[in-house]
Amino acid sequence: MSRPEAQAPAEIYYGDSEAQKYTSNTRNQRIQAEMTNRAIELLALPPDESLFLLDIGCGSGLSGEILDELGHVWAGVDIAPSMLQVALEREVDGDLFLQDISQGFGFRPGSFDGAISISVLQWLLTSPTSHPTNSPPARLSRFFTTLYAALRNPSRAVFQFYPETDDQITLITSVARKAGFGGGIVVDYPNSKKARKVFLCLMVGSGKYASNTKGDGMEVDAQDLPRGLDGEDDDIAEKKSVVFERRRAREQGREKKGKKKVVDKAWILKKKELYRQRGKDDVPNDSKFTGRRRKPVF
Amino acid sequence: MVRLITHNLLACHVRGCTSNNFPLVFKDVQLQLKEAEYNPDFLRGFMPKLEWKALVDTAKSLNNQSLPDQAPEPQAANEEFLKILHHVLLEIHVEEGAMLCPNCSHVYPISNGIPNMLLQEHEL
Repeated sequence: MSRPEAQAPAEIYYGDSEAQKYTSNTRNQRIQAEMTNRAIELLALPPDESLFLLDIGCGSGLSGEILDELGHVWAGVDIAPSMLQVALEREVDGDLFLQDISQGFGFRPGSFDGAISISVLQWLLTSPTSHPTNSPPARLSRFFTTLYAALRNPSRAVFQFYPETDDQITLITSVARKAGFGGGIVVDYPNSKKARKVFLCLMVGSGKYASNTKGDGMEVDAQDLPRGLDGEDDDIAEKKSVVFERRRAREQGREKKGKKKVVDKAWILKKKELYRQRGKDDVPNDSKFTGRRRKPVF
Repeated sequence: MVRLITHNLLACHVRGCTSNNFPLVFKDVQLQLKEAEYNPDFLRGFMPKLEWKALVDTAKSLNNQSLPDQAPEPQAANEEFLKILHHVLLEIHVEEGAMLCPNCSHVYPISNGIPNMLLQEHEL
């Protein structure tokens, strides 16, 4: 199955039915919500403040709703009218714009306190649009330079996206750097094929937010580039030990435990029902002997 | 919906249109008023970003005369002023109409509350 961005331009791929499917799919909702929350975490905004944010590629408002919940005021842009239509139906609070981000933004300098973008950037790289734009580097350049201007100093922009190759990552980071951004790539769960998520964490200025309400210009503590999640415990002591030693310890623990736990009757019944549903022919009937405890010799 | 808070930050981004491209002028608008949660800290923090004259003129073009001609300092802004500002910025929604660039005359139509910011080939 080829990637969506290789199949059609975004505004065509996300037609009315796809927009509905995309938005109502619960698995997708959950993943988008997780990525949005992680992106907001990477923004390292000052806590408990309402800020003015930009949602790039807001789509049907899955990420925007989370911004609403956090009390932020936001504006969203997207190229697919069908997706924006779904966002209207979901009654998100943000201002929505039908816009092609590769054509650049018209916002005044320093308009936004931050920007997030979930699952969007890869669309700038591969698919042509029905609207007139140029090659990917030109599009990226127009996008990043106008975005840089539209962001306040200091602030951050965090993009979750799906790069196909390392070359794509290199291209994006180099264009962003030329536009004036600092920062770089943060990868969560780099070793897991399914859980791996790539975030582009860009910074304007130092990237450290000064709080609006705390008048003495106190800076929120933010590391220079956030570390990616790697599924290990946060225990600092554990971090000090070498990686493969930890794995060895885990393996030994597993061996000691022996075979997997006793399967219980409920599990067996569920499994048999599943096989019957799938159409297997010779699933034995359930009786009072099903899952009966048997002597260990058996 | 486009609220005046976002409109006050929006200029025309047609190629070459760099002066007198702000603010975009509303035309043939249909408005809707929607209540929004009042947050004085947010408003105070946002005030430095506002182009006050543009905001007052735009509000007047939508038949809203409630804003003073001069903005107070954010720290000195009192509750009454902030409530008016809150209403103008966050509770007036432009549902239909268009925005016109005073410089290059590009028209950004607004339908269903969503402005169409897409540019043609010759404007890039």
